[in-house]
Amino acid sequence: MGLELYLDLLSQPCRAVYIFAKRNGIPFELRPVELRKGQHLSDAFAQVNPLKKVPALRDGDFTLTESVAILLYLNRKYKVPDHWYPQDLQACARVDEYLAWQHTTLRRNCLRALWHKVMFPVFLGEPVSPEMLAATLAELDATLQLLEDKFLQNKAFLTGPHISLADLIAITELMHPVGAGCQVFEGRPKLAAWRQRVEAAVGKDLFQEAHEVILKAKDSPPADLIIKQKLMPRVLAMIQ
Amino acid sequence: MGLELYLDLLSASCRAVYIFAKKNSIPFDFQFVDLLKGHHHSKEYIEINPLKKLPSLKDGKFILSESVAILFYLCRKYSTPSHWYPPDLHTRARVDEFMAWQHTAIQLPMSRILWIKMLIPRITGEEVPAEKTEQMLTEVRTNMQLFEEKFLQDKMFITGDHISLADLVALVEMMQPMGGNYNVFLNSSRLAEWRMRVELAIGSGLFWEAHDRLMKLAEWDCSTLDPMVKEKICVLLQKFR
Repeated sequence: MGLELYLDLLSQPCRAVYIFAKRNGIPFELRPVELRKGQHLSDAFAQVNPLKKVPALRDGDFTLTESVAILLYLNRKYKVPDHWYPQDLQACARVDEYLAWQHTTLRRNCLRALWHKVMFPVFLGEPVSPEMLAATLAELDATLQLLEDKFLQNKAFLTGPHISLADLIAITELMHPVGAGCQVFEGRPKLAAWRQRVEAAVGKDLFQEAHEVILKAKDSPPADLIIKQKLMPRVLAMIQ
Repeated sequence: MGLELYLDLLSASCRAVYIFAKKNSIPFDFQFVDLLKGHHHSKEYIEINPLKKLPSLKDGKFILSESVAILFYLCRKYSTPSHWYPPDLHTRARVDEFMAWQHTAIQLPMSRILWIKMLIPRITGEEVPAEKTEQMLTEVRTNMQLFEEKFLQDKMFITGDHISLADLVALVEMMQPMGGNYNVFLNSSRLAEWRMRVELAIGSGLFWEAHDRLMKLAEWDCSTLDPMVKEKICVLLQKFR
């Protein structure tokens, strides 16, 4: 059994792993785990990842969770081009810096934007107050400003002249609010230009394929009561 | 000017960097940025790190934030013993896995406990609603259990027989509630034993030196608290209501 990747492309970190593997020609078996059907909570999946989250990787006897760890593992095992995670001490540190920073900032804000704008009302049938949504979108806006001012600045990509793991993680995060109908790139020409560059570096077809699911998030069929009850506590914990 | 580390040992991330540098005899200038006096908002510090957070590293013209990034940088630049960040593919992946997971699973909740149990009541004079406190404590207990079952298991340290960056980061974060007199190690002898092992591997002298400011937090005179910090705390209290 070769490399297996347990993914749902609804999930931001799953998209980053998927794009990275495909872009670098890394052969893998795709094991779909449908989050909206609660499949990540099944006993079968718990055997793969007791933390019950995607993405997860299985390589023979070795299983691994956390997209950043998975990306670094694939990076090292498959000897991909240097620009993804440079050998240069300082260039590498810049990528590490972004990958650490994003967990509690952009990742969190993008997740909340999707859930407050679309997933709670449409998928879980839970209304979200306009004040809550406005606060979430304001936080996202502030973080986007940080992304531009502190990370991107006047560079072609987040950490230098070439695309790296940082850009991959960031772009897949930003597509979350885009999937929710937020105009993340409007009025932000620097970010919009960066997005074009990242899409081109990844490959337009692959980029679009990876984002098909999230762009249809607002068409999620409403969850039935049983699924809703199963998912609710974990969703609330995830977006706090 | 050699290596400079901008730190306040009240912060768990700062303690990880401090302990690592000291343990590996990496020479550096300790630049104290007093969180309680709001010095992380000062003009001088904003020039170092516009995100106004600690720790920061300055190596000549190169400035770096995020403790995980700083630890990896120090490991590589100073060629520290390999057990800190093992070169084996799978073992290294385990460290990466923990370092990614801990941001939201350990660091945040542990930090919240200190706010809830100590900083917020001390500064605002008000307790956080019991329901919220209980919710936070449950989250911490759940995550400590996950840490034990998934990361530590029956091993001496997270990666096996030797201490690594993962143990260091885990422990300094789990110490954070101690500043508010809350000990997360009481429920599990396995975790308590691991805690002791990590302390000994670091060296008890260095470990407790790094935690001195945290342990003395209860004695702190909060009338010297920076008003901007006080305001932030009041805002935090509102979120918990």
